[in-house]
Amino acid sequence: MRLVKAGRIVEDRFVRVEDGAPVPDGLPVIVPAARFIADAEELARRDAPTGILWPNNRKVAELAPHLDRLALVALVFPTFKDGRAFSQARLIRERYGFRGELRATGQVLRDQFLFLLRAGFDAFEVTKDADAGAFAQAAQRYSVFYQPTGDGRATALRSRLARVRPAARQTAESVDDLRG
Amino acid sequence: MTSPLQKKLKIAGPVVVTANRLADGAVIYRTAGEQWTTDLAAAAVVTTSEAAKALLTGAAADLVRIVDPYVAPVELADGGPRPGNLRERIRAAGPTFPLPTQPEANGFAARDLHVCA
Amino acid sequence: MYVHDEFDRTLIAERVEEFRDQVGRRLSGELTEDEFKPLRLQNGVYLQLHAYMLRISIPYGTLSSAQLRMLAHVARRYDRGYGHFTTRQNLQFNWIKLAELPDAMADLARVGMHGMQTSGNNVRNVTTDQWAGVAPDEIEDPRIWAEVIRQHVTLHPEFSFMPRKFKIAVGAAGHDRAALRIHDLALQLHRNGAGESGFEVMVGGGLGRTPFLAKTIKPFLPKRDALSYVEAVLRVYNQYGRRDNIYKARIKILVHELGAEAFAREVEQEWQAIKDGALALDPATIAEIAARFRYPAYERLADEPIELKKARAADRPFDTWHGNSVARHRMPGYAIVTLSLKPEGGAPGDATAAQMDAIADLADRYSAGEIRVGHEQNLVLPHVRQHDLHDLWRALDAIGVATPNVGLVSDIIACPGLDYCSLANARAIPVAQELTRRFRDLGLARSLGRLHINISGCINACGHHHVGHIGILGVEKNGEEYYQLSIGGRADENAELGALLGPAVPSGEVVDVVEDIVAAYVELRERPGEIFLDTVKRVGIEPFKERVHAAR
Repeated sequence: MRLVKAGRIVEDRFVRVEDGAPVPDGLPVIVPAARFIADAEELARRDAPTGILWPNNRKVAELAPHLDRLALVALVFPTFKDGRAFSQARLIRERYGFRGELRATGQVLRDQFLFLLRAGFDAFEVTKDADAGAFAQAAQRYSVFYQPTGDGRATALRSRLARVRPAARQTAESVDDLRG
Repeated sequence: MTSPLQKKLKIAGPVVVTANRLADGAVIYRTAGEQWTTDLAAAAVVTTSEAAKALLTGAAADLVRIVDPYVAPVELADGGPRPGNLRERIRAAGPTFPLPTQPEANGFAARDLHVCA
Repeated sequence: MYVHDEFDRTLIAERVEEFRDQVGRRLSGELTEDEFKPLRLQNGVYLQLHAYMLRISIPYGTLSSAQLRMLAHVARRYDRGYGHFTTRQNLQFNWIKLAELPDAMADLARVGMHGMQTSGNNVRNVTTDQWAGVAPDEIEDPRIWAEVIRQHVTLHPEFSFMPRKFKIAVGAAGHDRAALRIHDLALQLHRNGAGESGFEVMVGGGLGRTPFLAKTIKPFLPKRDALSYVEAVLRVYNQYGRRDNIYKARIKILVHELGAEAFAREVEQEWQAIKDGALALDPATIAEIAARFRYPAYERLADEPIELKKARAADRPFDTWHGNSVARHRMPGYAIVTLSLKPEGGAPGDATAAQMDAIADLADRYSAGEIRVGHEQNLVLPHVRQHDLHDLWRALDAIGVATPNVGLVSDIIACPGLDYCSLANARAIPVAQELTRRFRDLGLARSLGRLHINISGCINACGHHHVGHIGILGVEKNGEEYYQLSIGGRADENAELGALLGPAVPSGEVVDVVEDIVAAYVELRERPGEIFLDTVKRVGIEPFKERVHAAR
């Protein structure tokens, strides 16, 4: 497994805490969701970054109150076909304003990298080494995006409207004006 | 779905292993020499579960050239194995009516056209 | 006719390059079939019985002549010289080689065509009425909204790996020609009491193993909110649609299990959070998209020109065709012409490359370069001058697309079935072919009136048999093909699912049983003008069961 961040393979400094195991002091950790919520107060007092592993069948709204104490949220793709974490990611970034590391774990294919980036992920646990190496290329696959997400990329629509088209925009009051 | 890769193979008669060729989707059959052929007459025919399983296992390992191998029934006739059900007849010979751009029927026996009789 | 710009073209070109890379990685073995399959499905590439099938998206069923010519080119260059128009306004090629697909897609991309999202667990082709923009009874052109939605859902990062496929339809006429109520999500434009136009939103329609008709969850949605509401529906579905069972994964199951009201509340809650954000549609945004729908410069013409009247009086076959295949246009002096792809003995919805080229030429000459594809698997020329109809008819007749059977018993809707499709249990096309032979007498067909036969080769119901006036479902029993019949289904604004007539019949009898049903209708109808559907509604299914049973 390789961790990719900012288009490069990096060392993972976060330690996964298994169920029932003690949370090590002084190290960045990723704690399973149920454990984190049960021990939230105690974990808030840690002086090292704390992350959470949030399952894809749990509402993000339950996670929201804890976000300001988290350095990392890890979401799960049990198979690459199960796209629930895409919605979770967008809500975490766009609805709740989370700024920490948002990590995709489980099975993700290189062909999903751009979707993941656009949904708000910035870190990727990649199962295939070859995919990890191709991340930068995959992320630049497309230059045109139709729909806005929280990633700040300009959409085709905004780019079109930004073109100088004074006549069409100023005089058209409604769609009906433009019918032949 | 109608053609899973059978895990428990219960053979009720002679069978072959068939698949689709990856590059062009053509229907192919496993040969005794562990190759593939588009000609059913040249396919390896087996009659026991063990042999079918072995043939299928060997075929399934060839995942670069082929897709979705499975065990299909055949009937044994004078000219060699013939497809053993309608689905396999269609896979072997194509649709059961002339294509819009081919005036002649593509070799289907009258019994397959009984709906139209 | 929507005009692509450099953004649309760039996106498609980038998609082609991505797919070329994916095909290369599959052919080299770097990608397994399990990994490659969802990727190729997202480009509309299926593996069928004999070969790969490429499904090409025809957004809301609108084609330019240049696009139709390119389809003809692909048919000739990469396939076996013909294509099949589907019940979702798309086109399928049945024989394309995987290794050649990137080149075929590059050719299609040159005219703005692609197979994106014609398969896979994403949002599919947004369909609409094949008479959109020209029908007299519509309040606005629904294609503008179909295009707004199409762009939004294309390569949408959040909704490309949903529990299952998602089909959207948009309508704008009182008479529903787009089968809205069998879609996962349908938007029907209408006016409220204050004269403003907005959308009735319906969700949870779909056929297959568990057919449902869509339920209204929002009676009036302002246009400004169309996109944000669609996003909210998709987000609720993506998160809560079932993923444990492929047969329970459509939104219709979620709506059914939650209840329509509870589902509507979930959507409303999500929607309230996003409705005033980036997806709110201001007039400038809508105008930008609408501005790229080009309508012909219609001439000022009178209805019923003298040339037309004379031709109808003098040319009996033309008059017959006119009475059947020509519909009123919203512009005086113009007409909507349906091209029947249901000749006697033919496979419904098929067209040869030669026919496609000829129709493209006729579109240029007579229809402002535009063609439409209907979910009934016929084509439409939407902008024909009435005084050109006679000349046009002669040309259509010469290429075999002027059979005057539109909407009649021999205008059959059928899926490809076991002759092509790896999901099928039985064949559909030979049944359709035999039915067209049995009902070849057009005088008889006319006397039977409007009668839709829908045939599906398996329970996935791509032939929409549940909503056929007569529905036929192919099943397999002991290795033999059997067919289950239902009657009384309809797909319009009074949508209903058909009722089963009785046990499935063997393939050798299915056409006879259809004849018996038709004979029963003729006997039971109040008068010749009472169409089959109305007779079934009036007398119920029992009299039909009795007569069909007695006849066998």
